[in-house]
Amino acid sequence: MHEKVSRAMVTEINPVTSSANSSPNPSMRLLIIEDDRESADYLVKAFREVGHVADLASDGEEGLALADSGEYDVLVVDRMLPKRDGLSLIGTLREKGNRTPALILSALGQVDDRIKGLRAGGDDYLPKPYSFAELLARVEVLSRRHGGPAEETVYKVGDLELDRLSHRVARGKEELTLQPREFRLLEYLMKHAGQVVTRTMLLENVWDYHFDPQTNVIDVHISRLRSKIDKGFDRPLLHTIRGAGYMIRDGIR
Amino acid sequence: MTAFGKLIRTTAFRLTLVYLLLFALFAASLLAYFAWNTRRLITEQITTTVNAEASEINEIYLRRGLRGLAFTVGNRALRPGANLYLITTPTGVALGGNIGSLAPGVMATTGWSETAYRRLDEGDNAEHRALVKVTELSNGFRLLIGRDLEERRRLFGIVAKAAQWSLLVVIVLGIGGGIFVARRVLRRIDAMTGTTQRIMAGDLSGRLPVGRSGDELDRLAENLNAMLERIEALMNGLKEVSDNIAHDLKTPLTRLRNRAEEALARSGSEADYRAALERTIEESDGLIRTFNALLMIARAESGQARGNMDDFDAADVANGIFELYEPLAEDDGMALKVKAAPATIHGNRELISQALANLVENAIKYGKPEPAAQPLGADAVTASREILIEATREGDQVLLSVTDHGPGIPEVDRKHAVERFVRLEASRTLPGSGLGLSLASAVATLHGGELRLADAHPGLVATLAIPARAGGDRLAAQTQDVPQKVA
Repeated sequence: MHEKVSRAMVTEINPVTSSANSSPNPSMRLLIIEDDRESADYLVKAFREVGHVADLASDGEEGLALADSGEYDVLVVDRMLPKRDGLSLIGTLREKGNRTPALILSALGQVDDRIKGLRAGGDDYLPKPYSFAELLARVEVLSRRHGGPAEETVYKVGDLELDRLSHRVARGKEELTLQPREFRLLEYLMKHAGQVVTRTMLLENVWDYHFDPQTNVIDVHISRLRSKIDKGFDRPLLHTIRGAGYMIRDGIR
Repeated sequence: MTAFGKLIRTTAFRLTLVYLLLFALFAASLLAYFAWNTRRLITEQITTTVNAEASEINEIYLRRGLRGLAFTVGNRALRPGANLYLITTPTGVALGGNIGSLAPGVMATTGWSETAYRRLDEGDNAEHRALVKVTELSNGFRLLIGRDLEERRRLFGIVAKAAQWSLLVVIVLGIGGGIFVARRVLRRIDAMTGTTQRIMAGDLSGRLPVGRSGDELDRLAENLNAMLERIEALMNGLKEVSDNIAHDLKTPLTRLRNRAEEALARSGSEADYRAALERTIEESDGLIRTFNALLMIARAESGQARGNMDDFDAADVANGIFELYEPLAEDDGMALKVKAAPATIHGNRELISQALANLVENAIKYGKPEPAAQPLGADAVTASREILIEATREGDQVLLSVTDHGPGIPEVDRKHAVERFVRLEASRTLPGSGLGLSLASAVATLHGGELRLADAHPGLVATLAIPARAGGDRLAAQTQDVPQKVA
């Protein structure tokens, strides 16, 4: 069922990612370790469609051997795999000193499972069923974290500047006053400028909650932030990506 | 294992054997005490009688001389059941009395002795035993007065026989009783085992037989029956829950399928397809949310989430949720407020946050003042649109409450509202999975507390009452919720 869902999202997100490909997030090399043939094929195809290179391993041992070659930007690992389960695979890789970012996909979507996954050396955790948009956004963020530049003290997007040390935010010459949470929200968005950031990612990283609110709480926070940074300026920087999330970026539309 | 083997292996039988041994020992010592005391008493009696008679006869001798003595002794010796008498000359020749023969050397020593003797008047050769006292009269004559010990011997025999018999009776009755009790107990236990096996085989309606005596086995059976009752209720509840899950997941699934089918059947533009697909995604996201909520409740109820418990401040949770929902509430025309005092809880922060978030979401969704509310001044309107999140410590509990001034929940429905699926049923026409209160309640229960719903006049106060973190009471706080979970 989620296949159809996600395909729909791919078409939605395509224009965004292809334009994003040009600058901060170039094509990635991914390894998908998933034993369910259909969803694995679908993932490979979907990642290729948005311009990434994806290889496939269908069991834990094969996945470990391939991942160990170290040529991947991100690993997408199913938690339950034949021959060797996902957590042990990641654990073994980490023991060998391989630090390739790994995202764990799991049908066990509970809080303690996520903690277990992250403890085993995973970098992110996504419960099934997921939308491809969510997966793509997370994988792209992980990849940049892997090879990305050192943490800067000042983030810049267009004429918007955020100083992480002095907590100052300015657009052009105008100083902006943000609430602490708004600051952290903007900080996270700007850290991943040019990348799609989903609502769950925001809730997890800015608020540190891992549950799924039934309402559009995040949207309201974004619209408040937007009214502060974009209102009255001719070029909007904070964009809503339909069916996926938000992106801060200079030069779309 | 043979039936007899099974019998003698029972606890009841073994206990009986131990009691039997103890009782036999008791009886034996009682009889031994009795025998010894009787013997002492008889001996004492003989001594007293003989002493009295000796002094009496001695007096006669002193008063009437040897002749008088011989006469008296001769008279007394002829009485039926008489004592034993013997008078000897200094050379040892018998002068009178009723003794035929004596063990040698008895007359040589004065004082008490026990001896074998033969009566003068008895023809038989039977030897008897007697307790005798030999006294020396003047000028070498000696007088023996004694009493036959047959009585004592016979009494001793009676006691010995009694001991034998009683031992026999004790053993027979004991073993017999043991077998009887063991069989009785075994029969009841076998009946219980049979029932449990039937229950294990799947027949949950089976109950253990309960007798009328109210003994420990009956009490055990009663308790086990109560447990079975509970299990059966739980199983039925589970069945009901899964029926409801099936219903509540199948309805949106059917909708989903119908829409897809409809879109497929109608040859529309790309935009039509896109719209249909978007609705499909929306619907399936809703399904996933319902499913996640159900899993979360199940997890909280089964106590599995107990692994990730920490100490944290309830005020932080209240402030965090306030901060997250404040803009949303404002957009919805509600005023979210927070009033939080520090209070430490030991628990799963994530779950408590989610439970509180659910209460706040409910308050925002359903806590709007009723349109019919009297058109008062601006102040009243502001107050009625207020939602208050509070964290307070009350006694040994930490209360996390959300108060709104909407229509509230009528008292009769409050208990109902927390139940899973009942709520879902009622809110089917409203957005959301309708499992928010159920989850909040399950989370409170997991932490050994409860979810309380009360009237806010008007409106609803939903309170998560969680035991406060008592110093060093970590284990108690973790385990105490188990019995409370059932409700």
